[in-house]
Amino acid sequence: MTDRRWEAIVIGGSAGALRALSTILPALPADFPLPIMAVVHLPPDKQSVLAEVLQAKCAMRVREAQDKEPIEPGTIYFAPPDYHLLVEDDRHFALSYDAPQLFSRPSIDVLFESAVDVYADRLIGIVLSGANNDGALGLEAVDREGGLPLVQSPKDAHSTAMPLAALAKCPTAQALSAEQIASFLKSQSHESET
Amino acid sequence: MPEKTENLEIKLLLEAIFQKYHYDFRAYSPASIKRRLRQAQERFGCSSISILQDKVLHNPDVLPSLLELLTVQVSELFRDPLYFKVIRDQVIPHLRTYPSLKVWIAGCSSGEELYSFVILFREEGLEEKTIFYATDINPHALERAQAGVYGLDRIKLFTENHQKSGGKSSLSNYYTAAYGRAVFDRSLRERVVFSDHSLVTDEVFAEVQFTSCRNVLIYFDRELQDRAIGLFTEALSRKGFLGLGAKESLNFSAHAEAYTTFSRDEKIYQKRGTP
Repeated sequence: MTDRRWEAIVIGGSAGALRALSTILPALPADFPLPIMAVVHLPPDKQSVLAEVLQAKCAMRVREAQDKEPIEPGTIYFAPPDYHLLVEDDRHFALSYDAPQLFSRPSIDVLFESAVDVYADRLIGIVLSGANNDGALGLEAVDREGGLPLVQSPKDAHSTAMPLAALAKCPTAQALSAEQIASFLKSQSHESET
Repeated sequence: MPEKTENLEIKLLLEAIFQKYHYDFRAYSPASIKRRLRQAQERFGCSSISILQDKVLHNPDVLPSLLELLTVQVSELFRDPLYFKVIRDQVIPHLRTYPSLKVWIAGCSSGEELYSFVILFREEGLEEKTIFYATDINPHALERAQAGVYGLDRIKLFTENHQKSGGKSSLSNYYTAAYGRAVFDRSLRERVVFSDHSLVTDEVFAEVQFTSCRNVLIYFDRELQDRAIGLFTEALSRKGFLGLGAKESLNFSAHAEAYTTFSRDEKIYQKRGTP
């Protein structure tokens, strides 16, 4: 877990994920060397205030991902409400209005699967607290390509359905508390400084 | 690093579809196309994209279903109600001053956006002097748009959207419910021209005062986005309006200079009055 090959991090969650993100993301320094892309399920008619809420707590830049935007390190991107977020080979974002997957748009699986295509074994995938099984297939794909699959441990998660589904699909994933995930990611930023 | 085999197969398939059938997906955003082609691969039971290509080339019956998978878009009546509210409250007063109007719904898919416009224009008393062009590259989608039949289970959402858009009538005036379906009234189609048109390969066909093209450009690469916006610019009369999707904008477009921002939040742009 200590090698320095990581190129990007994808995170997904729904109910209870904001609490976990509020533990994980503020722990990271402004010059964190990787981009972080996140899908959090929200009611589609709610204009996302996620980025604003978290920017107030984070040293890293936090913003809503825009169509065709280049992906920069040191930045946390959230999928906009009611659009899927995908990654292109040349490291920029694409949005899509394709049908919801598992009743979800944005879909965690869609983001994870497209990120796996681009980053392969240089990707860390993290499934957080949530009330459905989105993210399980995506995390399995992260694992299959040699990336690092992590799950918020059901004991630590506000809603256990999503972590449990992810662990069922991807049994090799490590189950960690939000705080352990935070310190693991933080250690990655020290790694790359040396 | 050599190109991944799957990416190569996708390129070849899109080239094959273009050469043989003249549908051009080559400049579509690769991540979305890849996702849809994987779904198609599964649907047609093909173990690789190359095998799908073989099917598409040798079995012409496969193409329509593949087109459907590559282009289908499910929308809602009055999707993003505030978009229609801004049109109703702020754009319509401008349009009232014209003796006759043309409105282009580009990439109309199954017609939800079209019916929203026709109903809004009827409520505002402009339908009689307006011609609506509803265009798409997918013939099946155009047929559905022309039929105007939607699942009754979607009507609750459509009705809420319509009310939030400032609707002045009851949506139930415009459809008949039967057998789990809502059939929209044929009178809504009297002033509509349905047509096969590609933003990738076709040219401008009329001068229009309003173009609505939402959640289509996100599927195009930058260059193709510029081509499409170029068509809109050419089609719009001076001071004409262009409405884009919630996450689309003219910010990075080569044609940005031709427009002023009319509603930043609702992504409505107005073409400048002078060339």
